[in-house]
Amino acid sequence: MIEPAIKIEQLTKNYEDTVAVDNLTLQVEKGELFGLLGPNGAGKTTIINVLCGLIKPTSGKAKICGFDIQKDIQKVKGLIGVCIQETAIYPYLSGKENLELFGKLYNMNKKAIKERSNMLLEKMGLKDDAKRVTAKYSGGMKRRLSLSLALIHDPQIAFLDEPTVAMDPQSRHAVWDFIKEQKTNGKTVILTTHYMEEAEELCDRVGIIDHGKLIALGTPKELIAKNNVKNLEEVFIQLTGRNMREEL
Amino acid sequence: MNIQRVLALTKKELKKTIREPAVLFMIFLFPIVFVFAFGASFGGFGSGGSATYQVGVVNLESSGNQHWSLAFTDTLSNLTMFNMNVYTDNQTAQSDLSQGKIQAVIIIPASFSDSVTSYSNAPNNANQWVNTTIPLYLDKGSLVATQAIPPIMQQVLSSMLNQNQPALQSPIQLQTASLVEVKQSSAFDFMAPGMFTFASIFLIMMVAQSFTQDRENGMMKRIRISPTTPTEFMTSQVLSYIVIALIQAVLVFAMVYAMGFRPDVGILSYMFAFILVLVFSVSNVGFGLITATIAKSSSAATGLSFLFVLPQLFLGTFVGASLSGAAQIAGKFVPSYYVTDALTSLFLRGAPIASATILLDLATVSVSCVAILAVGIVLYGKYYKI
Repeated sequence: MIEPAIKIEQLTKNYEDTVAVDNLTLQVEKGELFGLLGPNGAGKTTIINVLCGLIKPTSGKAKICGFDIQKDIQKVKGLIGVCIQETAIYPYLSGKENLELFGKLYNMNKKAIKERSNMLLEKMGLKDDAKRVTAKYSGGMKRRLSLSLALIHDPQIAFLDEPTVAMDPQSRHAVWDFIKEQKTNGKTVILTTHYMEEAEELCDRVGIIDHGKLIALGTPKELIAKNNVKNLEEVFIQLTGRNMREEL
Repeated sequence: MNIQRVLALTKKELKKTIREPAVLFMIFLFPIVFVFAFGASFGGFGSGGSATYQVGVVNLESSGNQHWSLAFTDTLSNLTMFNMNVYTDNQTAQSDLSQGKIQAVIIIPASFSDSVTSYSNAPNNANQWVNTTIPLYLDKGSLVATQAIPPIMQQVLSSMLNQNQPALQSPIQLQTASLVEVKQSSAFDFMAPGMFTFASIFLIMMVAQSFTQDRENGMMKRIRISPTTPTEFMTSQVLSYIVIALIQAVLVFAMVYAMGFRPDVGILSYMFAFILVLVFSVSNVGFGLITATIAKSSSAATGLSFLFVLPQLFLGTFVGASLSGAAQIAGKFVPSYYVTDALTSLFLRGAPIASATILLDLATVSVSCVAILAVGIVLYGKYYKI
């Protein structure tokens, strides 16, 4: 029997009086590109933080490729790559040095680091600036490097938390192509985004989260048809009853 | 523990130190500029106030002929500024002097009473005097002691010989051994050991800023997502700051050497001094972590780090020598005091590495530094995951 990439069972995370994730059960198959959608504060980032071992769940279980996220977190960390919301890169290192550092943290050898770094820098359009310190990068370049850092070790599962935010259209499309390529290579991608067209374009399935609960799950087409609307954005507004929270 | 990860993170931290101008200035350039400016302009400490000096006495006169030597030591004992300690042999007295337990040793020669008696019998006939020299050894690690003790000793001696002023001709000569043996120490020489300690203290600020910045920009989160363990991460941090402290110590030493500081010690003493400074740097990583725990942002960390920088600076380095007695006692509660004390004993007093005082200082520094680092790691780990 093939283990699913991610298996979440009755997962709950409470912060004092707030329920960030409420009894979530979800399964993502290997090779799937799964979109996690929801308004700000819905619990998407909390779910990712729990799955990558940054915070402990209040209750429930989750497994990554069959490994329990609490008991086998070191094994889980080797399997996942996480592009966090913050543009987290060392400003005093060059793009290449940032990639080399994280390659070493993932215990890669020099040859593998070099090959993978060159490939990522090429794909992300950073090759010409690889030796410049990242403090001099533009915002979009920093975001692309941040995504590269998450994928330096060629993880089986990539958690991409709003990877295209603040990117220009060209950069965004380059990242989309790269994400699609991950899927083609058999990798599992969990994508959170506020751009509904991005989710519609890329995702095999999407889950809509609100107030920590999974309120909808299916392919974009299924959800559009089920809710009898024109696109995913309308599904989102119909189900959550509002647009993005910060716009209220 | 994965060595590749530890070395990669250590290298990263060192690159940061070299490439970030503010860090580079604070860690390396500031201590050097400070040593230069302070060393070049410092003219000497103020008066010592009403300090009490521990003086060792070795009386070589035979027990039946100690009339004048006892009178001499009694007169010294009656002075509030001297606390006399009697030694039976010079070796023990010298050992205590080299470890800073006493500030002077006076050797009363076997012919002392004969000399005083001969002077009393024929004060105007130098041919009939029995000439005697009294060696006076002084604490070379104390500027105040070297300046204050000899004239008072001379004054007591002169008054005992019924001379209002030190006579040009006298059967008894006070020979200040430390000033005969080595060149006259400058005020800067007395400060130099404290400067080694001084430079390392600013690591507190750098560590606090580094941790808070990495927290703010999400790097700490990114590291935690990777397979890097907390032990590997903390080892890399301690290792990198030890390397930085070593470079600091070398630079400061080069600077104080260029300014004329030439301690008469061997290579082992220098190696020991560097090791001591490196051990001390561990406590600064600990204080930095405690600061990073309290501080909510990197800018707050800069200000809060002075909570630890200033006491270490004022109570434990060269600055402490000119502070009040109460402040000097308070200094015993900061690790920098013991580093400066050991370096002073080593460089200025010529104490051997294996002497009790230096070993005690090393033990105190080692234990306190490990304890402070442990507190820092536990506190930081409790409030912010590593």
